Amino acid sequence: MSDITSSSASAPRRSSLLVQDERTKRRNASEARFRFVGLIAVAIGVLALVGLLTSILANGLSSFQQTYAEVEVYLDPAKLDKSGDRNLEKIAKVSTFGYAPLIQVAMETASAKAGVDVSALSSKDLVAMISKEAPATLRNYVLANPEMIGETVTFSLLVNGRIDGYFKGRVTMASAALDRNISPEQLQAADDLRAAGVLDKTFNWAFFTAPDASDTRPEAAGLGVAILGSIYMMLIVLCLSLPLGVAASIYLEEFAPQNRFTDLIEVNISNLAAVPSIVFGILGLAIFINVVGLPQSAPIVGGLVLTLMTLPTIIIATRAALKSVPPSIRDAALGVGASKMQAIFHHVLPLAMPGILTGAIIGLAQALGETAPLLLIGMVAFVREYPAGPPEGLFDPAAALPVQVYNWTQRGDPAFVERASGAIIVLLVFLILMNTVAILLRRKFERRW
Amino acid sequence: MSGVTLAMAVLLFVVTLLRITPDLRARNTSETFVLSLLIGASLVAILTTVGIVGSLLFETLNFFKMYPAKDFFFSTVWNPQFRGGSDLGILPLLWGTLYVSLLALLVAVPTGLMIAIYLAEYAGKGLRSFAKPAIEVLAGIPTIVYGLFALITVGPFLRDYIASPLGLGSSSSSVLTAGLVMGIMLIPFVSSLSDDIINAVPQAMRDGSYGLGATKSETIKQVILPAALPGVVGAVLLAASRAIGETMIVVMGAGAAAKLGLNPFEAMTTVTVKIVSQLTGDTEFASPETLVAFALGLTLFVITLGLNVIALHVVRKYREQYE
Repeated sequence: MSDITSSSASAPRRSSLLVQDERTKRRNASEARFRFVGLIAVAIGVLALVGLLTSILANGLSSFQQTYAEVEVYLDPAKLDKSGDRNLEKIAKVSTFGYAPLIQVAMETASAKAGVDVSALSSKDLVAMISKEAPATLRNYVLANPEMIGETVTFSLLVNGRIDGYFKGRVTMASAALDRNISPEQLQAADDLRAAGVLDKTFNWAFFTAPDASDTRPEAAGLGVAILGSIYMMLIVLCLSLPLGVAASIYLEEFAPQNRFTDLIEVNISNLAAVPSIVFGILGLAIFINVVGLPQSAPIVGGLVLTLMTLPTIIIATRAALKSVPPSIRDAALGVGASKMQAIFHHVLPLAMPGILTGAIIGLAQALGETAPLLLIGMVAFVREYPAGPPEGLFDPAAALPVQVYNWTQRGDPAFVERASGAIIVLLVFLILMNTVAILLRRKFERRW
Repeated sequence: MSGVTLAMAVLLFVVTLLRITPDLRARNTSETFVLSLLIGASLVAILTTVGIVGSLLFETLNFFKMYPAKDFFFSTVWNPQFRGGSDLGILPLLWGTLYVSLLALLVAVPTGLMIAIYLAEYAGKGLRSFAKPAIEVLAGIPTIVYGLFALITVGPFLRDYIASPLGLGSSSSSVLTAGLVMGIMLIPFVSSLSDDIINAVPQAMRDGSYGLGATKSETIKQVILPAALPGVVGAVLLAASRAIGETMIVVMGAGAAAKLGLNPFEAMTTVTVKIVSQLTGDTEFASPETLVAFALGLTLFVITLGLNVIALHVVRKYREQYE
C-alpha cells in the first residue's frame, strides 16, 4: 500500500472514487480470476462424478436385459432315452452334446413356423445362434422331469451373446463380418426371428441369480455366487467388527488409564486406518491361509480380513458417539449407585447406539466395495457352485461382487465389460441403500444435548 | 454330550451357591471379567499390526535368503521367470508408483484445494448444498468403480484422441490414465482435509486482512494459505500415501509392463500391481517369485506408514498452533 501514498504525494489525485484506477482494476480482475478458477475446480469435481456415473450406466444398464428365444423343444426319446425305460442313470449318461440336435430341430421348426427363411445358414450356424448354455438348461430340465421325455415343451433359451449384443447395439453387421463367432447371415436371421416374435429381450433375472459362466458364454454369466459371497462376508464383518469395535472403544474411551500402553493402542489404531488395503490381503494370505490353514476363496477369510480393515472405522465412529453422550448421564447413574460398568452399559451405550450403528453401516459399505485384499486370498477363482448355507457355507469357495467385476474385465469377450458395468450398478445400488439407511438412522435418532 | 452339559451346569450351580456370602462382591468379580474382555478387544489392533509386520518381515527375510537384497533394491530390471533366474529389481516398480502418484497429486491437490476454498469462501448456499454432497459421494465410491472407469472410458479416450494422433503410444492403459483417475479419486480426500484446515484458521486473521483493504482472494492467497500451509502439506502427504497404496485403479489402468520411462502415455506398472500379480493364481511359497511380493508389501507398508506418521505429526503441530 506504500506506493499509493507515494504516488499521491508526487501527483495530486485526479480520479474520483467512482472511477477505478489501474491498480484497483488489476486487483479486481485478479479477484474475479481466482473466483473463476475456484468455480472451475468445483465444476471438475462435479463433472467427474457425472462422467463416472454416466459411463458406468451407459455401459452397464443393458446387462439388465437379455435376449431369449422362445422355442418348442421336442424331447426326443430316441436321443435321450434309447432304452425307453426312463432309468435316470441312463438318462444322465447323455451329455450336453446329446441335447444339441434337439435344439437344432427346435430352431428349424420355430423358424419354419414363424415363416423365417434360414436356408442361408448351415444347421451348425443355426444351433450356434443359441447359447452354449442352452443344452445344459435342457439337460437339467430333463433330469428333473424325466417323465416329460417324448413331450414337446416350450423353453426360453438363452441366445448367443453376440446376437444379444447385436440387439443391444454392441455388435454390428460390419463387426460380425470380421468375427469368427458370428456371421451377418446369422444376425439377419436373428432380426427376422425377432420380428416374428421368436427372439425377445426380457428383464434379466438370471443376472442376479445365476453363477459365473465360462469365457465363451457371457450371456449366461450372473452374479448369484458373488452376491451370496458378499452377503456372507458382510455378515461375518458385522458379527465380528461391531462387538470388537464397540468393546475396544468402550475400553479406550471410558476405562483406559493415561499411560504409554494406551498410547500404543491409539497409535496402532490410527495407523491401521491408513495401511493400504492390499497389505491386509497379504496378512490374510500369510496368517489366515498359510498359518491357520483356512481354505482359499472362502468367505470366512475374506470376512476376517475385511473385519480387521473396518475395525478402525468403527472404533473411531464409536468413540465419537460415546464422547457425545453428556457426562450428566454418567453422573446420574453413578449417583444412584450404579457401578461404572453399569452406567456405561445401561445408560451411555444405548444413547450412543444410533451413532455407533451409523458408523458400522458406513464401515460395512466400505468393506463391501473393497477389492484388492480379496484378490490375494483367492476370491478371483472361477466358482460355479453356490456355497452352502451358513455356517458350513462360510468355508466353501465363493466370489464377491467387486472381485467378480474385476474378474469379468479380465475376459476377452466385450460382452463381459457390459456385465462388469452391470455388476458395478448392482454394487452401487447396495452402497446407496446402506448409506441411505445410515443417513435415515442418523436423522431419526440424532439428539442434541 | 447333553449329559456332560447338564453335569457341568449342576456342578457350577453348586459351586456358585457355596460362594454366595454377604461378603462376596459379585458385581466386582463379573465386572473385572468384562473389563478383561474389553481390554482383549482393544488388543486386536495391536495383534493386527504385529501380524502384518511379523508376516511381512518373516517372508521378506525368507526372500532375501534366496535373492540378494542388493539386487532387489538397486536393480533396474523387473523380469520374473517361472523357471528361476528372474530379475526382481524394485526400481522400475517404484518409479511407476511414484510417477502415477505424482500425476494423481497434480490433478487432485490444486482441484481439491480450490474446491475447498471456493466452497468455504465464495459459494452461495444453493451451490454449496449441491456441490458438497456430490463431491463427498466421490469419496464413497469403491476403487473398483474407478478402475472400471479407467479401463473402459478414460483409457480408450486418451488413446484414441490424444496418444494415437500425437504418435505417443497405442496402449489404452497408461500412466496418465491411472494418474488422472486416481486424481479424481483423491479430489474429495484433499478437499475435505483442506476444508477442515482452512476452517481452523482463526477468523481474526481474516478480519485483520480485510480491515487493511485486501480483497478476498488476496486474503486467501497471502494470509489464509500461508497460515494453513503446514496443514495443507500434511493433507498432501496423506493423499500421497493413499495414492501409493492404491491398487485397483493401477491394476486396471496402468498396465503390467515394468518400465523406467518418461512418456506418460506408456503403460507402466506399480508395486501394488506386482503384489497382486505375484500372489494371485498358484502361489507356491518356496520360490523367490512369490516371496518377492512380501518384500514389495513391506516396502509399501514402510513408505505409507512413514508418510502417515509425518503427515499426522505435521497436522497435529499445525492444530496446536491455533489452539
